[in-house]
Amino acid sequence: MSNQGKVDCGRRRLIVATAAVGGAGAVAALVPFVSSLLPSERAKAAGAPVEVDIGKLEPGQMMTVEWRGKPVWIINRTKDMLDTLPKLADQVADPKSEKNQQPAYAQNDTRSIKPEIMVVVGICTHLGCSPSSKFKAGAEEGMAGDWLGGFLCPCHGSTFDFAGRVFKAKPAPTNLEVPPHVYLADTRILIGDDKKGA
Amino acid sequence: MKKFLIALLFAPMLAWASGAAVHLDKWPGSVSDKAALQHGAKLFVNYCMNCHGASYVRYKNLLDLGLTEQQVKDNLMFTSDKIGALMNIAGRSDEQKKWFGATPPDLSIIARARGEAGNAGAGADWLYTYLRSFYRDDKRPTGWNNVVFENVGMPHVLYGLQGQQVRNHETHALELAVPGEMAPAEFDKAVSDLVGFMVWMGEPQQEFRRTLGFFVLAFLAVLFVVAYALKKEYWKDIH
Amino acid sequence: MAGGTFEKYKSDGSLGGNVLEWVDARFPATSMWKGHLSEYYCPKNFNFWYFFGSLALLVLVIQIVTGIFLVMHYKPDAALNANGVPVAFASVEYIMRDVAGGWLIRYMHSTGASAFFIVVYMHMFRGLLYGSYRKPRELTWLFGVGIFLVLMGEAFFGYLLPWGQMSYWGAQVIVNLFSAIPVIGSDLSLIIRGDFVVGDATLNRFFSFHVIAFPLVLIGLVAAHILALHETGSNNPDGIDIKEKKDEKGIPLDGIPFHPYYTVKDIVGVVVFLMVFSAVLFFAPEGGGYFLETPNFYPADPLKTPPHIAPVWYFTPFYSILRAMVWNFFGLDAKFWGVVAMGASVVIFAFLPWLDRSPVRSIRYRGPITKVMITIFVICFFILGYLGTLSPSPMGELVSQVCTVFYFGFFLGMPWWSRMDKFKPVPERVTFK
Repeated sequence: MSNQGKVDCGRRRLIVATAAVGGAGAVAALVPFVSSLLPSERAKAAGAPVEVDIGKLEPGQMMTVEWRGKPVWIINRTKDMLDTLPKLADQVADPKSEKNQQPAYAQNDTRSIKPEIMVVVGICTHLGCSPSSKFKAGAEEGMAGDWLGGFLCPCHGSTFDFAGRVFKAKPAPTNLEVPPHVYLADTRILIGDDKKGA
Repeated sequence: MKKFLIALLFAPMLAWASGAAVHLDKWPGSVSDKAALQHGAKLFVNYCMNCHGASYVRYKNLLDLGLTEQQVKDNLMFTSDKIGALMNIAGRSDEQKKWFGATPPDLSIIARARGEAGNAGAGADWLYTYLRSFYRDDKRPTGWNNVVFENVGMPHVLYGLQGQQVRNHETHALELAVPGEMAPAEFDKAVSDLVGFMVWMGEPQQEFRRTLGFFVLAFLAVLFVVAYALKKEYWKDIH
Repeated sequence: MAGGTFEKYKSDGSLGGNVLEWVDARFPATSMWKGHLSEYYCPKNFNFWYFFGSLALLVLVIQIVTGIFLVMHYKPDAALNANGVPVAFASVEYIMRDVAGGWLIRYMHSTGASAFFIVVYMHMFRGLLYGSYRKPRELTWLFGVGIFLVLMGEAFFGYLLPWGQMSYWGAQVIVNLFSAIPVIGSDLSLIIRGDFVVGDATLNRFFSFHVIAFPLVLIGLVAAHILALHETGSNNPDGIDIKEKKDEKGIPLDGIPFHPYYTVKDIVGVVVFLMVFSAVLFFAPEGGGYFLETPNFYPADPLKTPPHIAPVWYFTPFYSILRAMVWNFFGLDAKFWGVVAMGASVVIFAFLPWLDRSPVRSIRYRGPITKVMITIFVICFFILGYLGTLSPSPMGELVSQVCTVFYFGFFLGMPWWSRMDKFKPVPERVTFK
């Protein structure tokens, strides 16, 4: 207590050293706690890639599979459906899919590997509701008269076309996400992984 | 007081009296022997998993034994095609109860469960001795009995490898009556590998745990040095 | 000292200073900091035994933090899953294997439970050595005994949660103890279990008690324990009152502020403790089969009792006292008296402040009788603890009966033997080399 008021360099150095070493230890001790919050091996196993057979998917039909607990839509688009896409280029927010919502191999006009087969995560990019399909053009399904077919999110009214592209001036900020996927054979798709043989 | 002192003298003997009645051979293996663990995994999948599951362990864990995903898929995965799947045999327990009278226990943590108070590692010794102590007994429905586990419900699954032992009526020792595919030393090694796999399975991260332990203790030693110096620095003022 | 008044913080004009002044005008920040840390004067002669109070607080924090993370993954459910394993049991193995870092958190919690009792027993033994329970610290001691009781309950409830064989049958035995109480006993154990056997209802209510009710009470009691201590000031190995010799400013001559002196000292204690703790956690997490008992690696099976069941080591001394009672008295059976003896063996600690009639507090200035009595008491405590881990045997029963007699003799005879002893003169100032 003799040196109060004076700066004691040796003492200060020791305080800094102890605080630094102890602090490093405290940060290291956080690692198990923070990592325990990540998805567990069980969640990862449940989220493993899903193999789908689309041999029975008729043109104009859609099927839903579960991957990582989320609905993944596979749509076999007809020529009419595909023809709507160029017409909507000026009405959708990101016509060229420039935002990173798809793997590189799906960054094209149809947002797919094979033009007719659309694989997309059926979760609205706004707040996570699952949009419903409104495939019929016109007002028949409660849409506006100039509707060409696509999807409507029931929660906040975002609309998407047959390539999952979001229309302008809607709450959803980006196009629907295309998951990584790969064709194992002509009619077999692996969803969740894009490397064959994995 | 006298009685108390006498009682004190006898206290250590109580420990001795409560010890296991059957002598257990020491398990000679080690969980750091990857080749042995791989061999043990193969034996486990081929011989044990017909009846027993390891329903807390994932096939993915087997990658830690130095195997590739393809090796695991080709040689060890018979109950699933997903590397992340559990090594369980779910759904067979009712049939098994009919055949054996009891559902064969899950073996994920059997090596830990078979330990003893004061000797948690005894589980490995028990398994190592148990799996080598089957003998022919016509009085049992399966035709087999075991020195370590009297009137055991499980038949001798490894008898093709070990051969058939009988128990000598006078000495109570086990004698090999019909030789199996393996020589006795070879069979002991195989069982040791299998037990090693079960010890590993009880806690697949145990090697990492010990490694991490060294780092933690080394870190604490450094922290001790600075903390002690800090304490000395402050306390030099106190007289 | 705590309870004294401290001047409010005056800002130096900086932003931080202004905020502090604003806070301090509305919240006793300065007075808490000074009263409990920087101007709380402790005797300067604390020795090894005085580490265990702060260590107990550290272990409490470890248990709460790890517990919070375990609850995120654990499921108190006795139903069987698809593999025929109880969900609760499987969820513990899930934590050990599938949750990243889960094994470390779980081992911290299971090792922490045993560490808690080791630290608390050492802390209590310190009180016994230096007469810390004596006037004016009786209430501190009583809060401490309360903490010990709640801790035992907390540990007991927690031990059921892994839903292994030892969890199940241990709970079964302990809950059945309550049925020994005349008249209300069997209804009481039914109310505790919520079923006719230990079952899902029991598991869920024990979970509730373990994670909410008892920790809340525990934290409250710990706060009361520390507040009461800081009101009277700490005792010391000489058992003398440092407040009797003060300087002109009213500061005890043998007192030093807790902060920084004992904070830097306790950091060293914490590091040494963590080294021992880590050595167990990383190299022997089962604690040789005493911290994690091996039968608990089998899922609970209500149809099959393990061949040998024993409570966890920290309960075994009291369990031995329970088993030592084999006689019927006053028309009540031995089971009842066993429960009474076990309960009394814990609660009797609360009476120490009034049983001890010695003119001095610390063992340093007490004579051979005290030293012999405390030695015998500790030996008996260890023997009882050891016997409690073993299967019952005639010899063990006799030894535990002898030890039980000494155990209670220590307390009940204390009003006499504590006065009969020889005493050395107590120094005016603490001894500090």
